Amino acid sequence: MKNSSLTMHSEASVRSVPLVLAWRRPLAARLDRHPGAVFILPAVLVILAFSIFPLLASLYVSLTRLSFAEGGVELKFVGLDNYLKLLVGIDRTHFLGVTPGLTVASAIVLAVIYAGLGFLLVRYIRGPALTAVGLVGRLLVALVAGAFAWLLVSTLLTTGRPGTLVVTIIYVTVDVAVQYLLALGLALLVVQRLPGRRFFRVVFLLPMMITPVGVAYLFRMLTDTSKGPLYPLWNHFGLSDVSWVTNPWGARLAVMIGDIWQWTPFIFIVLLAALESVPEELLEAGVVDGANRWQLFKSITFPAILPATTTVVLIRIIEAFKIVDLPNVLTNGGPGTATESLTLHAYTIWRALDIGGSAAVAYMLVFVVTFVGISYVNLFRRRVAAMA
Amino acid sequence: MLRDMSRHVGRVLVVLLAAVGLLGTACTNAQQNTSGKFNGVTIRVVTFTGPQIAEPLQRRAPDFNRATGAKVEVVTVPFSDLYQKILTDFSTKTNSYDAMVFDPQWMGDYVTPGYLEDLSDRVTKDSSLEWNDVGAFFRDFSATYKGKVYTIPLDGDFQMVYYRKDLLQRDGLQPPKTWDDYITIARKYQGKDLNGDGKPDFGSCIAMKRSAQSYWMYLSVAAAFLQTKGTSQGAFFSTDNLQPLMNNAGAAAALDIYKQMSKLGPPDQLNNDVGDSRGFFVSGRCALSLDWGDIGPLTVDKSQSTVQDKVGAVILPGSKRVLDRASGSLVDCNATTCPNAIDGVNHAPFAAFGGWSGAINKARPGNVKDAAFAFLSYVSAPAQSSLDVTIGKTGFNPYRASHFNNLDAWKKSGMSEQAAKDYLGAIQSSLKSPNMVLDLRIQQSAFYEGTALDQALAQFLAGELTREQTMAQITNQWNSKTDEIGRQIQLDAYKASLNVSR
Repeated sequence: MKNSSLTMHSEASVRSVPLVLAWRRPLAARLDRHPGAVFILPAVLVILAFSIFPLLASLYVSLTRLSFAEGGVELKFVGLDNYLKLLVGIDRTHFLGVTPGLTVASAIVLAVIYAGLGFLLVRYIRGPALTAVGLVGRLLVALVAGAFAWLLVSTLLTTGRPGTLVVTIIYVTVDVAVQYLLALGLALLVVQRLPGRRFFRVVFLLPMMITPVGVAYLFRMLTDTSKGPLYPLWNHFGLSDVSWVTNPWGARLAVMIGDIWQWTPFIFIVLLAALESVPEELLEAGVVDGANRWQLFKSITFPAILPATTTVVLIRIIEAFKIVDLPNVLTNGGPGTATESLTLHAYTIWRALDIGGSAAVAYMLVFVVTFVGISYVNLFRRRVAAMA
Repeated sequence: MLRDMSRHVGRVLVVLLAAVGLLGTACTNAQQNTSGKFNGVTIRVVTFTGPQIAEPLQRRAPDFNRATGAKVEVVTVPFSDLYQKILTDFSTKTNSYDAMVFDPQWMGDYVTPGYLEDLSDRVTKDSSLEWNDVGAFFRDFSATYKGKVYTIPLDGDFQMVYYRKDLLQRDGLQPPKTWDDYITIARKYQGKDLNGDGKPDFGSCIAMKRSAQSYWMYLSVAAAFLQTKGTSQGAFFSTDNLQPLMNNAGAAAALDIYKQMSKLGPPDQLNNDVGDSRGFFVSGRCALSLDWGDIGPLTVDKSQSTVQDKVGAVILPGSKRVLDRASGSLVDCNATTCPNAIDGVNHAPFAAFGGWSGAINKARPGNVKDAAFAFLSYVSAPAQSSLDVTIGKTGFNPYRASHFNNLDAWKKSGMSEQAAKDYLGAIQSSLKSPNMVLDLRIQQSAFYEGTALDQALAQFLAGELTREQTMAQITNQWNSKTDEIGRQIQLDAYKASLNVSR
């Protein structure tokens, strides 16, 4: 009996060998065909685990509410309550702002924006590049952009008040635009064969080396008109009784100046590298053809630095959405909530241990940054890169 | 021969050196073993970024180490993060802190899950702590929760009003008795040169910065309108149903006064915390200030003060009209409506914050907890605290009977006898008041005050909200949080905190 079972077993084993090998061979062959991917896979899995796990965990936290109980704290599942609180509930004015009815002027502005969005959509639909996926994507972008436009117009161009979402969008738009223009100007200056340009390269980079909290304290001192280091200056101009940081727009301006001062060097260094890599032969050819400085810049220099431009602007947009140090230290989000960014909003709630609410704000920020980032890449960057 | 001898001598020397080394090591060990009962124990104490509060703990740590052998590491975090930091450390079971010096208002959140060590037995057995010397209010409120002692008080906190005695005497004015008086005096001195430097100065300097201490300042004003019938009445909620007392004629009157204060100070007042307002006051730039006890010792600090012996202190001003809770309107003070009034003025001294207090992490090993208790007891003991409360930068204010009785310590600090009597008298009159207001101590007090109230006040001062919108927003946010946690749970906690026997 024993012998027969052994025989059967060995027969089965013999039969299974070719099957296993048959299964293994194609897999091994497939793996052999992609050695690069195979070797990098473990590292990719680890990185994904580290980035996706916190993302999923915080998503779950945003759907819960923390409460104290004997033996510790509990996370109670509350569904979308934390999000609803922000969008239609008790924190709506804090997050979205106060949105009274539109005035005639603001309605006209909004109508112009909507007309522009409609024109772009129609042009795409009538164009040769129309695809179903492209159309759905553009409709989605138009919808969200239209909602943002309504929010911006009804909080900024009426008697309303911007919430943390709009304040953050203001920071991002103004900061990145001004930083880019300043950085481009400085890079164009430093790339010239001027005496002392190496010195200025280092000097222009210094603000980026300082910790953001340090920059915030620096600007807190500078904007203090009654006892700061610039007091003699303010006093001389009769401004020692005027406060930057107790007026909403003055405070926002102070925050934006600090951010612009700190982050212009980052764009500057990237653009400088791009400018220095523009082939001299092209510029010389342009000069020979009789192009003036503006034509050289418009037709040769700018297209050549466009890939670097689009990348650095994307990086700065994403970073600028996360601004927190400056408004936190400089104004604590005040006066009122005038300078509070989304990250500071999340931090303020987190401090009071509303971890679910804080995670919901953080997720709203993720949605906004993702939307802006994807829209930027799809609608702008690819087109510009193709032009370049 | 000589070579042999030198070899022998060398061996003997080596043996002798080894013996001396061993003996030395043994002696050192013996010394270490006898130097203290906590040899080898390290205590990590967390508190807020100083210099206040952290400074005396850091300064006392080496002495404690020499006396007991325990090493003390003081970890500091910004005040705004402290509540969260401690709670996260507890709830994640990291337990990196052995002791914590914090706001006793947060005890409700820490005791309920069972994070804090019950110190009831320890405080009664520790004779060096002199527990009965600690003021009754601080023993019962700052240290006790639901009948058990969880903290050792290290600081006594009452808000009071400071005024420039020299200016008021010169102009024949009395210190403010009501908040209307306060505004009148502040208005008189706003824009005048108060320290002789030729620059215009300010009538009143108060911390009004968001996410700092502004809500305590507002509550100090509001208390006079909201609480009239003694401590157990409470100034925050109705004890019947926990409806907030933040949307009524009393709260509206307090907001009006608070708004006027914001216009009678430095231009950046909305961005000033207590560090800024104290700096302004001791440099002689303000006629009035509303603050805790810290300004008293700071005025004698010659390195920064220009107002030595020019400062007086009084109990928080009150009001002649108070809230009738039944009708929600203001009524005149009389024997029925204001049974604790002084000269027809209802004073409600506010024990804002409650005083920094030390607690011990229940999850730590026994010897570490013993060492941590010994350290907190050492810092609080009269021998140490009597000196510390007289030093401005410690942030510690008097909280023991011995602190009030021992005038010599205050005189040694540079305060004149009269200034010391004024200062201590203002605190004592607050402590003796039957109508003192206990600070809020229910679950997530940090949200009620530090987030909801703080934000609404900041928006009100900035003009983002009207007075009515401010009151409605505070009430809605408080009710929303109460309903989240459970109205009955919060009501029980609130009533428990008010039933303190004194």
